[in-house]
This record gives sequence, structure tokens and C-alpha cells, in this order.
Amino acid sequence: MADRFIEPDTPELRARWGNFAWTEANAAKAKDIVARYPEGRQRSAVMPLLDLAQRQVGAELNTQGWLPIPVMEFVARELDMPIIRVVEVASFYTMYNIAPIGRFHVQVCGTTPCMLRGSDDIIETCKKRGMKKGHTTADGMWSFTEVECMGNCASAPMVQINDDNYEDLTPERMDAVLDALARGETPKAGTQDPARHTVEPVGEPTNLAAMITANHDYRSEW
Amino acid sequence: MALADKDRIFTNVYGYQPWNLKEAQARGAWDNTKALIERGRDAIIDEMKASGLRGRGGAGFPTGMKWSFMPKQPPLDQNGNPKPSFLVINADESEPGSCKDREIIRHDPHMLLEGALVAGFAMGARAAYIYIRGEYIREAETLFAARDEAYAAGLLGRNASGSGYDFDVFVHRGAGAYICGEETAMIESLEGKKGQPRLKPPFPAGAGLYGCPTTVNNVESIAVAPTILRRGASWFSSFGRENNKGTKLFQISGHVNRPCVVEEEMSIPFSELIERHCGGIRGGRDNLLAVIPGGSSVPLVPSAEIWDAPMDFDGLKAVGSGLGTAAVIVMDKSTDIVRAISRLSYFYKHESCGQCTPCREGTGWMWRVMERLRTGDAHVEEIDMLQQVTKQVEGHTICALGDAAAWPIQGLIKHFRPEIERRIEERHGSLQEAAE
Repeated sequence: MADRFIEPDTPELRARWGNFAWTEANAAKAKDIVARYPEGRQRSAVMPLLDLAQRQVGAELNTQGWLPIPVMEFVARELDMPIIRVVEVASFYTMYNIAPIGRFHVQVCGTTPCMLRGSDDIIETCKKRGMKKGHTTADGMWSFTEVECMGNCASAPMVQINDDNYEDLTPERMDAVLDALARGETPKAGTQDPARHTVEPVGEPTNLAAMITANHDYRSEW
Repeated sequence: MALADKDRIFTNVYGYQPWNLKEAQARGAWDNTKALIERGRDAIIDEMKASGLRGRGGAGFPTGMKWSFMPKQPPLDQNGNPKPSFLVINADESEPGSCKDREIIRHDPHMLLEGALVAGFAMGARAAYIYIRGEYIREAETLFAARDEAYAAGLLGRNASGSGYDFDVFVHRGAGAYICGEETAMIESLEGKKGQPRLKPPFPAGAGLYGCPTTVNNVESIAVAPTILRRGASWFSSFGRENNKGTKLFQISGHVNRPCVVEEEMSIPFSELIERHCGGIRGGRDNLLAVIPGGSSVPLVPSAEIWDAPMDFDGLKAVGSGLGTAAVIVMDKSTDIVRAISRLSYFYKHESCGQCTPCREGTGWMWRVMERLRTGDAHVEEIDMLQQVTKQVEGHTICALGDAAAWPIQGLIKHFRPEIERRIEERHGSLQEAAE
């Protein structure tokens, strides 16, 4: 199991987050989310609501966002479920941050397919910039985690930073992405290989060449 | 014979063209879906059975047969009201090496949505929940948007596609737990709980999501269904060997010159797959060490045995491995093979849900011994001890994660025992030298 440590509940935390409530836009989203599940089954919405709450906290703090205990209590009240069931979910799933996090959450995949393509060098690049696994840099900008397979194996190695993936990395390309983020820019997501579109074999196409230039309909050839 | 482009189901797999409804329809999606549904439940299921499609999520259970397990008459709840049935689509693609469902979802989501309607109708489901892994953030955004397009066009929802059948599709995002790819863990997660697998029986087809009849299918199994129905079972079954029919998305990662995702016919020899689409092994054929042919959960196969093996369920079983999700992880001779497998052991330790003791304790234990073997800081007896522990985990857990953690290690010991012993001897030798 993953090692996870929940941020303790303190009077300061309660003072800061005790009055957490949805913003107007998120209240509407939350209503939509709950409506996806059958009547009486609103607990199914706990995962999307925790995600929404984490994003709202993140927007307030200008970070990726995390889930203080009072915010989990708020979600529990919204869904009429015991707080412990919410904490269980928040601590089980690794995408919920249960301790404060930085502006950018740098999640480098280190599982075997990425490892074979050089994720060690990508991790080293992060370390050279002062990042440390499981920690946030002193300026609050970078939180660094080595994560398990992110499902981008054909364009490995990769990193997910907040909501975007950057694939086909080399140390230089990783530096370029991090530099751009540090400057407040939005680097192009997806593959960082200028010769590649997505997950096709780079170079001469081996299949579906007609799709490159036109939305080809193959049905006439059936 | 190579698979021709006209016989590829996922023509936009590389995303050169937009995923949107208009473009997807121009490629053939949502083409008179009403007519497919008018064939009736039994006819659809019979066609799927005849096509020989086996589930694309790893286990390879025949898809048509799975659909036929759903009750024809809905069971009644305690108040005597009929229970709804559900289709759950497994898009929690987290198996190391697998990256095919992502391409379907972000580049051809309408094929999945149309498949959901057809499959849902065939099994009498009221709605489908697509459970997409949490890390697929942008992919989920595309899927939500595609779903809204389909609703706006009347293809889903009330009287879906004008068929007279009411069918809803909902998207549910996970939040980073590999175990939720196990069907009963996925159902638990959908109900708003920790994703810990349930004991079977009862099987989901009897009591699944919210206690109602449920079928869980992989994204690829669902997305290919409309094309199979349109082109006929005989077209689909013209590819691949007996018992291993159809086309399949292969995902090749690791030490090949051009890693990629590619749709090919089942039973294509490994060598042909690699030479045709991946530009060969890095450093040439002689540089190949071993291959994990079906995602991290299957045992590795050494180069000599994999080279001519047909890439299908039976062909890979014959070399002591499995097709799994067709996630082919290629390792050349520069690979530290013990570390490669040890890293997978760490993955399973990280992803064990903690419910069954053999897996919760065993995955950590196996990883720690693997790390000792990696550095050689171990005794030769520990190899056998580790083998024995994998046997104690395997088959003694509720779900298959325990097995999946054991098999890669068993494969390593079976094929690379001399390498592990060499490390131990080398390490002991260097320690002795230092002592002298």
C-alpha cells in the first residue's frame, strides 16, 4: 500500500477552512455531479465532489489543491454520509492530496516502461533543480512525486504536472517544460518530440497514412 | 499479410483528425445505429459470439457470452419492483505498459459511446457508467464533451438514436488506484467507497452495482462492437487464429526504435509486429534480452522464445506468458532485468489495496527481497524462499492482484536464475576481497 500521511486537524486549520462552501459555479457543478447517480445513491458522488473541493481549495491557494479535514467534513455533510467514510476515500486514492501541496505537482512516472526509456534521468533533472521526493520546495512552487504507471507507455518517459502530461521527455525537454512553467507560461502538452504527433511510430507512417492529411472514410473500401 | 488500413477499426487512433461528432460520423461512427438495435438483443449477442471477440481487458473472456449472462427478465427488489441493470465500462487503464484505451477515448470517443449504447441494449441495461482513471484528466474532458455532443444530437438519452430505447451514459472519474481496474473494486468505487474487491460469488451479473445486475467490459471490447455488427462476425473472425480472432490494439514500449500504439490482426508474430511498426529492436535483433508481452502482470519471455511467437492468447500461453492487454514491453541487453522486475514489485506493493493479508504483506516482502537480489546482497537460498513466497501469495487473495504480483517474479526466476546467482556471487566475492 502507498504510504500516506494525513495533515493533522488543528484549531488553525479549522479556523482557515471551517467555513468552506462551494463557490457559485462549483455549487452548480456539484448539483450536476450528484444527479449522475440514482436517487438515494448520492454517496457515489463522493469522489467527484472531493476532486471539485480539492480544485476549489487549489484555486484559493494558487496550488494544485488539497483536502483539509474541515473540507472533507463539508463534503460529508453535502452527501449525508459519515465523515470517516469520506476520509477513507480521500486517503485511499492517491490523487487526493491529504497534506498541503505546491503550485505545481511534478509527478514523474518511474514504473518499468518509463524506466526503460530513461525516467531515471528525468528524476535526476528534477533533483538537480532542488526538488526532493515527497517534498515541496521552500518557495512553494514545486512538489515532487515519483508516481506509478500513468498509461503513457508508448510515449515514455513522461511527467504529469497538475492537469497536463508531457511525454517523450529527455532531460533537456524536461528542463524546458519546467522553465516555461516557472516563467508563468503554458508549455505545449503531450509529446515533446517535435517530430511526433501523438503515439504513432515516429518517422515514416506504417499505417493509416491517409488520415494524416484528410478525415478519410474507409467504408468505400470495405 | 499485414492488416490493411480499411480493416482497421480505430482509424483515428493517432488523433490526426478531430474527435468530434461530425468528423467521427464522417468516419463511420453512429451510422444508423437504430438499425443495429432493431436487430434485437439475441441477434446482437449471437453476432458477437460468432465474431469470436474475447475481452480486451486482459482475461480474454468471450464478450458475447458475458453479455448473455445478464438476466432476460429483471430481478425484483424487496418491494417487488424490477431492478435496473447496468453496464460498467472499464477505462481504468493502469496496467504498466497499457496505453490503448487512452487513445480510443481521446481520439475516437464516439466509437466507445456508440458501443455503449449497442452493448447496453443487448444486455438490457438502463445506463452505462464509464469509469475512467483519474490521471486521464484531459482524456476525461474529451469524453465528457463527446457525451454532451451525443446527447445534444439525440444519439443517447431518451429514445436513443431514434431506437425507442432509453439509455444514459455517465462518466465517472477515478482518483489514482490501480486496483479499481478489477471489476468488483470498480463497482465499490462507483458506489463511493474504497476500491477493495468483493468476494465472488455473487458475480456482478447477478448482483453488481447497487446490488443490480451489472456487466463490466473493457473500453476496447465495447468500442469494437458496432463495427463488428456492421461488417459482420465473419469479417472480424477472418483475422487471427482459431480461438484468437479479430484485430487488436498493440502497445509497444521500451527498447524498440519506434514505440507506438498500433492496431494489428491477432496472432501476428512478435517479430513482424516489431519489424513492421516499431523499426526493430534497439541495436538489432541480437540485442533483444526479453519481452513482457501483455502488461506487467504476465511473466517475461526470453528473446529466443518470443521471436516467432504469435501474439495472441494461446500463442503466448504456450511460451508461459499471456496476451493480457497486448502491452508489449521490450527489453534489450542493456536492461538491468532484476531491477526491471523489482520495479514492478514496487508497483504492486504500492497498489495493493490492503484487504487480503497475503497480498498486503506479501507484496512488500517480495519487493524487499527483490531489492536484495538486485544488489546481490542476499544468499542463494533466498531465491527459493522468494519463489515459495510467491506461491503462497498466488491464489490466496480475493482478486488477481496477488497473482499479478507473483507472476513477474516467477518468470524472472524461471528464466534468469543464473543472472541472479551471478550477482550474489559477485557481491560476496567483492565483500571477501574487501575483508582480506
